[in-house]
Amino acid sequence: MTPVGEAVAESPQAVGQKETKAHAHPPRTGWIFAALWATLAILTICSLLFGRYTIPWQDWWRVFADPDSTGLSSIVLLQVRLPRVLAALLIGGGLSVSGAAFQGLFRNPMASPDILGAYAGAGFGASLGILLGFDIVGIQLLGLVGGVAAMLLVWLLAAAATRAGGDPTLTLILVGIIVREAGMAMIRLTEYVADPHGKLAAITFWLVGGLSAVNPHDLEFAAVPILLGTIPMLLLRWKLNVLSFGEEEAQALGVNPWRIRIVIIVCSALISAAVVSIAGMIMWVGLVIPHLARMVVGANHKALLPASFLIGSIYLLLVDDCARGLFTLEVPLGILTSLVGVPFFLYLVYRTRTERA
Amino acid sequence: MRISVEQVTSGYHGKAVISGISLAVESGEVLCLLGANGSGKTTLFKTILGLLRPISGRVCVDGEDIAHWSRQRLAKTLGYVPQAHTPPFAYSVRDVVLMARSVHSGPFASPGKHDIAIAEEALDRLSILRLAHERYTELSGGERQMVLIARALAQQARVLVLDEPASNLDFGNQMRVLRHVKELAASGLGLLMTTHFPDFAFLCASRVALMKQGRILAIDRPENTLTQASLEEAYETPLRIVDAGLGMKVVVPRMN
Repeated sequence: MTPVGEAVAESPQAVGQKETKAHAHPPRTGWIFAALWATLAILTICSLLFGRYTIPWQDWWRVFADPDSTGLSSIVLLQVRLPRVLAALLIGGGLSVSGAAFQGLFRNPMASPDILGAYAGAGFGASLGILLGFDIVGIQLLGLVGGVAAMLLVWLLAAAATRAGGDPTLTLILVGIIVREAGMAMIRLTEYVADPHGKLAAITFWLVGGLSAVNPHDLEFAAVPILLGTIPMLLLRWKLNVLSFGEEEAQALGVNPWRIRIVIIVCSALISAAVVSIAGMIMWVGLVIPHLARMVVGANHKALLPASFLIGSIYLLLVDDCARGLFTLEVPLGILTSLVGVPFFLYLVYRTRTERA
Repeated sequence: MRISVEQVTSGYHGKAVISGISLAVESGEVLCLLGANGSGKTTLFKTILGLLRPISGRVCVDGEDIAHWSRQRLAKTLGYVPQAHTPPFAYSVRDVVLMARSVHSGPFASPGKHDIAIAEEALDRLSILRLAHERYTELSGGERQMVLIARALAQQARVLVLDEPASNLDFGNQMRVLRHVKELAASGLGLLMTTHFPDFAFLCASRVALMKQGRILAIDRPENTLTQASLEEAYETPLRIVDAGLGMKVVVPRMN
């Protein structure tokens, strides 16, 4: 017998020729990523420049040369704008990566942590944390527990319903919506029992979703879990391809699906919890961005996950700039992302239907 | 290499679907699995691939029980070719074939130049290298089936398990797939394939196993296994076996 690899080793020249033939249309992902990085860099600088208070040019040098400098420019830049910009980058990127990973994991282009209830579960955990007067770490931990619990619930219910003979795609989304609504109801319950003069305002303000209250301290505590959640997903991204062919095929291809599933779900819950704890309910980003990324770099998760992170960062930074600057009164970010996300979701439903027809 | 199934009873939730099955596939041969719907072909397949644990009996590779083999080790030996399907995402053909290379890399690795060369070699071997940068989801059923065979080749498994590779294809594509099945066996791979058509077994099988209600009725060379009596028993319909000339046999149904 001649395994394919031996044949390759025997005739390196032939392989080289074939490679050039097959690369007649070389993938341009390298250029796409360069463009995304450049866009992100320019947008970051613009977002730091942009704001109600105009920082005089001579102050820029002083702020960065001497980090201990006080004064209005320094406070605006280092305490307000920089944390906010960094938070938008991390949150947009983290939510989009976990959305892309979820879509591969559930083999379902309509899946994302917010649609499937992970986010509402994390939100309930976090609001419970606020109600109990926990600090940011405690809020995040409760959020994490809530997120994982919600995901396990969705999974078990969807598996049971599919076994009973439901359409897997539809069942998963329906179960996700049910669990999400249950989570939202629990969040409302915490609002109801919260002290109306203190914690109620905190929960309500936070529920709408926004980055206006982000400070350097919060950012430090959210950045670590967001990165901790993102990195394993990026490392496993090639295996997500294999998993998207389904349980049995993945096994036959030598991949253990359970291990990867657990990693992705825990990482998503970690990101959801971290995002929820500093920015509240920012919906739809995790669903919308992976689709945009797929249009740009294709379906392969190897390129899709990093592209989702970059495009998600760009998107949320852009939306946050709009939230800051569109009107004299700041529009909550969560409302803007929903206003963009809902029509996009409708478009997806429509497109899936026409493709099937 | 020899994959042997020894006195295997297997099924779901402890309920046996197949029982007392024994057979073996060796390098260089095509073993065709025939049987009516529900005769247990799929259950036997899943048990051989290690997706179902046998209730009793064992599946061996060169005499060694695979029950405790890791997924990765099993995938290096056995390659699975499912029926042509449509995954939810529009991967390129080359990416689909490259997925088989996960077997030969660590959990965090993605395929490199060497893997790409092997994937393209596999595509070339089946004469579909021209499709490498097409979208898998946009191919015809016949082309997708060939890509899935190429994927199993890139996996460098020594025995391929094919689930009705020629069903759902038009006549020309069916024959192309069967021709490749024969060529692969001639190159030294072992192949186990199911099919609904006894004619396919006449065309490409070295040996045929005929299944009914979870048991093997007969297993031998096609001309010995596929007799009028055994096929009528397996499919419960009257038929006749006709010599089509050139040493070829064809199964013809009798409608009255």
